[in-house]
Amino acid sequence: MTLLLKGGRVVDPSRKVDGTGDLLIENGKIARSAGELDQTGKSRGKGAPPGVEVLDLRGKIVVPGLIDMHTHLREPGFEYKETVASGSEAAVAGGFTSVACMPNTNPVNDNRSITEFIRRKAAECGLANIYPIAAISLKSEGALLSEYWDLKDAGAIGFSDDGRSVMNAALMRRALEYASSLDMPVIAHCEDRNLSAGGMMHEGFVSTEIGLPGIPGIAEDVMVARDILLAEYTGAHLHIAHVSTAGAVRLIREAKARGVRVTAETAPHYFTLTDEAVRTFDTAAKVYPPLRGAEDREAIREGLRDGTIDVIASDHAPHARTDKEVEFDYAASGITGLETSLALSFGLVEEGLLTLPELIEKMTVNAACILRIPKGTLTEGADADITIIDPQREWTVDRGLFRSRGKNTPFHDWPLKGKAVLTIVGGEIRYRDC
Amino acid sequence: MKLNRKDILGIQELSVEEIDLILETADSFIEVSTREIKKVPTLRGKTVVNLFYEASTRTRTSFEIAGKRLSADTINISASTSSVVKGETLIDTAKNLEAMNPDIIVIRHSAAGAPHMLAGILRQSIINAGDGAHEHPTQALLDMMTIRTKKGGIAGLKVAIVGDITHSRVARSNIHGLTKMGARVCVSGPATMIPRGIEKMGVAVHFRIEEAIRDADIIMMLRIQTEREKQNIFPSLREYAQYFSLNRKNIGFARKDVLIMHPGPINRGVEISPDIADGPHSIILDQVTNGVAVRMALLYLLTGGTS
Amino acid sequence: MEQKKVVMDAEGIDRSLTRIAYEILEKNKGVRELVLVGIQTRGVFLAERLCRKISGIEGKKIPLGLLDITLYRDDLQTSHRAPRLGKTDIPFSLDGKKVVLIDDVLFTGRTIRAAMDCLIDFGRPKRIQLAVLIDRGHRELPIRADFVGKNLPSSLWEAVSVSLTEKDGMDEVVIEESI
Repeated sequence: MTLLLKGGRVVDPSRKVDGTGDLLIENGKIARSAGELDQTGKSRGKGAPPGVEVLDLRGKIVVPGLIDMHTHLREPGFEYKETVASGSEAAVAGGFTSVACMPNTNPVNDNRSITEFIRRKAAECGLANIYPIAAISLKSEGALLSEYWDLKDAGAIGFSDDGRSVMNAALMRRALEYASSLDMPVIAHCEDRNLSAGGMMHEGFVSTEIGLPGIPGIAEDVMVARDILLAEYTGAHLHIAHVSTAGAVRLIREAKARGVRVTAETAPHYFTLTDEAVRTFDTAAKVYPPLRGAEDREAIREGLRDGTIDVIASDHAPHARTDKEVEFDYAASGITGLETSLALSFGLVEEGLLTLPELIEKMTVNAACILRIPKGTLTEGADADITIIDPQREWTVDRGLFRSRGKNTPFHDWPLKGKAVLTIVGGEIRYRDC
Repeated sequence: MKLNRKDILGIQELSVEEIDLILETADSFIEVSTREIKKVPTLRGKTVVNLFYEASTRTRTSFEIAGKRLSADTINISASTSSVVKGETLIDTAKNLEAMNPDIIVIRHSAAGAPHMLAGILRQSIINAGDGAHEHPTQALLDMMTIRTKKGGIAGLKVAIVGDITHSRVARSNIHGLTKMGARVCVSGPATMIPRGIEKMGVAVHFRIEEAIRDADIIMMLRIQTEREKQNIFPSLREYAQYFSLNRKNIGFARKDVLIMHPGPINRGVEISPDIADGPHSIILDQVTNGVAVRMALLYLLTGGTS
Repeated sequence: MEQKKVVMDAEGIDRSLTRIAYEILEKNKGVRELVLVGIQTRGVFLAERLCRKISGIEGKKIPLGLLDITLYRDDLQTSHRAPRLGKTDIPFSLDGKKVVLIDDVLFTGRTIRAAMDCLIDFGRPKRIQLAVLIDRGHRELPIRADFVGKNLPSSLWEAVSVSLTEKDGMDEVVIEESI
């Protein structure tokens, strides 16, 4: 179908474009992108021939389809929490056209048949583009390498043992070397399980006061340091998942200054909330890495501002009610994030911490580069993955309306500003809220 | 002409002239193995001891036949059945042997440098039949002889060595020898099996086998040891066989007249598909034949004359 | 002080070889079962020439082999240098054949002893005969030649050298004092 998107503010960091403009979409591709186009795609006056749907996007922001490179779609194995289909619905509702999903399914995505299964499920529901991340080690046990070349051939775009961490440095070293020869990133979940053992929230004054065992920030920092050194030694590309501490931000900043090939992501809850959110024992705020102290939140925000942190990724971790409506000790960790990520991130622009292009960069082209996928751009000829954002739309988070099966959010009832109102994937409108 | 050396410990220290001498001498010994009576009296009364601390059928048999065809007395000692089991050190074993006055000791050991230790202590000539992952000079010499015989020379040829380079003494010796003789050598294998800095030995590194074997004149496949799987050097034999083995699909990247080599024993279907191993490009069995000739040449050159 | 004397020139060598060819044929009553084996290096060239002459006379080509005696020498352990190996190629069976061994100079006889040991490793000849261009005496073993180009009595401090075109660019036999 042919679509003409007229009059929006086109923000495309991949081409350093930020200004009013039109986009013509044909056959699933961006046919033309210019200051002003008519319905035939020519840069001239107005008039509407039949068959071309024209969308008036004045007042809206037009960006490359947003990419969330850290989600848990739970299928196969945990369909009661989420499926590829429900996760895809949540993605497009949140304005995401491409999503990378982590391998801690059941069975773990450590072989090509699981990767191919996930891709098939994604093709069946035909909403967002789903990119499987495969496991670093068999069953993510951190003992034996999985078959990277085979997994790449099946469609995996990176390797991670997210959910656990690779405690064995020799294995991590081999993983970095092996993935590097395929030009694929290793995405590290940095946690020293000996330091974090037994902990449920951030180790700080709040945990002392309320008496919950804590996870010190250094449990993350020592692994960040280790993995950075391994990446430096092997020359491989290391991507650090869900950065939550000031210590990690500092290490990453220094490593980048030295020229180490490290990139990093953080999730909206780490620049929005702190461990104070756990005071009420609200299991919706139980997450790994845990919500940290105020100094950590500050450091995360500064890391976003100065470019140390390259990507905002939701770490969408849907859980069923049964997993969360239990004692804090036994509750599952995780926040469902696809449908709130954009609005929460928008807050950074409202506050003036990031400009709009800087924010969009962290939600589009940077992730595309890290994953080496041909997305995150509105260049002519690119796939027509486009997100239209209404920056003025005020709305209240209502978990009951979430497309995701996971309703576990600490942001319920929050008034937010900014929302994806149109999500176009491959030239087709997959979500519409206007 | 004589080799001005007491020992053959590695290719690294050999000069081009010495390698030429050994290969030319080996050429002459090929003919002896084709006779009805495969024996010449040259080393009559000499004693060659094959001291093998690592299991080996191929190399040890080759050395034994080489010695016997020169009319030498050959003695085989394998570690598992010797006093080593009773805890005797390498030096004690060697000194005991020295007291029985052999002429040449051929040693294979899992510790790199073991032959060098013996060479410094014993007055006999020591031949290194493989020390750890360090060197396997007689293998490289027979490989060079095979290439020379088949291609008329070594200089200018593109040689691809594929496999577990990190743990391979065959790779190291061949890299030394082939680069000395003017070949263009490249190595390939899973990234976890290519040792750091190997480019400094004068070779190109490719992670994809197609790139390594592109337009190659010679492809040398190395054996994969299954124990490496457990050491996390690569995930599985299956993945290795699919992406790093030489088979009918990828051999097309090499030259039409490419020749395939392997030091043996072959893991059929792992590093090399059976049809390639047995096919018209394979010169694996020629290597074995030349191995006897090269070892005869070394025994001859090390004992010939007193200086 | 060296005095060099030419004892055979090119024509002389050729005539001797022609005579030797006829003598071989006479003694062996023709070419039946006859094979020539030249000893490396110059014996090989002489053997090739004899082969051509014989086939010129009889009209038949007879089998020709070459033999390197290095591996059979008795002085490997005491000589200063391990000599360079030459090619041995006897591509036919020796069983029941009349073998004529050919060399340039017969001196101590040790080369011929080594050559016979090698031949016997190849098979069981019916008979072995020896043809040499020069016999200079001073045998150390009981070896004698059946066919001789020229008898050249010499002293131990003289050197006898044969030059052949195939290797040395000209045909000539020279004796000189070497002190």
